[in-house]
Amino acid sequence: MFQVTLQHFLVLSAILFSLGVYGIVTRKNAVMVLMGIELILNAANINFVAFAKFGNFGFGGQMYALFVIVLAAAEAAIALAIVLNIYKTFTNVNIDEIDNLKE
Amino acid sequence: MNYYDILFYLFAIITLVSAGFVVTTRNVIYSAFFLLFTFFGVAGIYVLLAADFIAVVQIMVYVGGILILLLFGVMLTNKITNVDIRTGTGNLLPASIAVGLLMGALVSVMIYTGWKVQPGEVPDTSIKQLGALLITDYLLIFELLGILLLIALIGAASIARRDKE
Repeated sequence: MFQVTLQHFLVLSAILFSLGVYGIVTRKNAVMVLMGIELILNAANINFVAFAKFGNFGFGGQMYALFVIVLAAAEAAIALAIVLNIYKTFTNVNIDEIDNLKE
Repeated sequence: MNYYDILFYLFAIITLVSAGFVVTTRNVIYSAFFLLFTFFGVAGIYVLLAADFIAVVQIMVYVGGILILLLFGVMLTNKITNVDIRTGTGNLLPASIAVGLLMGALVSVMIYTGWKVQPGEVPDTSIKQLGALLITDYLLIFELLGILLLIALIGAASIARRDKE
């Protein structure tokens, strides 16, 4: 029961994924939504690395975990640039108040 | 329970507790700093999974890059002088129910699926193999990711640039 197996890592990543979804659904601040997305990407990465270790797949899983980290960095930069633009236009970043396509 | 198991539970508790605070605390700055502990916990999990290079990259890119970007985003999009760094929450009850159901379904799938485990031998370090794979099997993806990062850099700079009034 307490012996750590593949299931333990998968359950950890499932709970982390659910917490990320909860953050995305309940938060109004756009930066907080980004933090939820980062949690979800981390959960997916744990799955990649866990299957790479326990499935004897070589290093493919770790390579894809690296690629996910790179994509997360690019996504964070672009998303924060968009959030800054939204702030300049609407003077807040609450995503439930931003409902205009054009000022 | 040996040291491996104890370390796993330690890092898992750090990760999950701080992730829970990230999504529940109302102050955005607190959330960002709890996210720091979440990233460190996940890096520890990577080490336990024999992915040492991924763990180092996790700390360098997530903590050194993405978290700093998020903090900049928080600072630049809030009225610091009015101490209005709080975030509103909405749909708490339906979101809790739906996410609880989702979590239950995911966890039960993960537990009750008969995963076929076949552990291979764990090498001392993964850097050499990862480097060799990057310039052989994954060369195209590697180059495309370089181009993507360049595009993201230029795009982010041009989107966030102030207009010359």
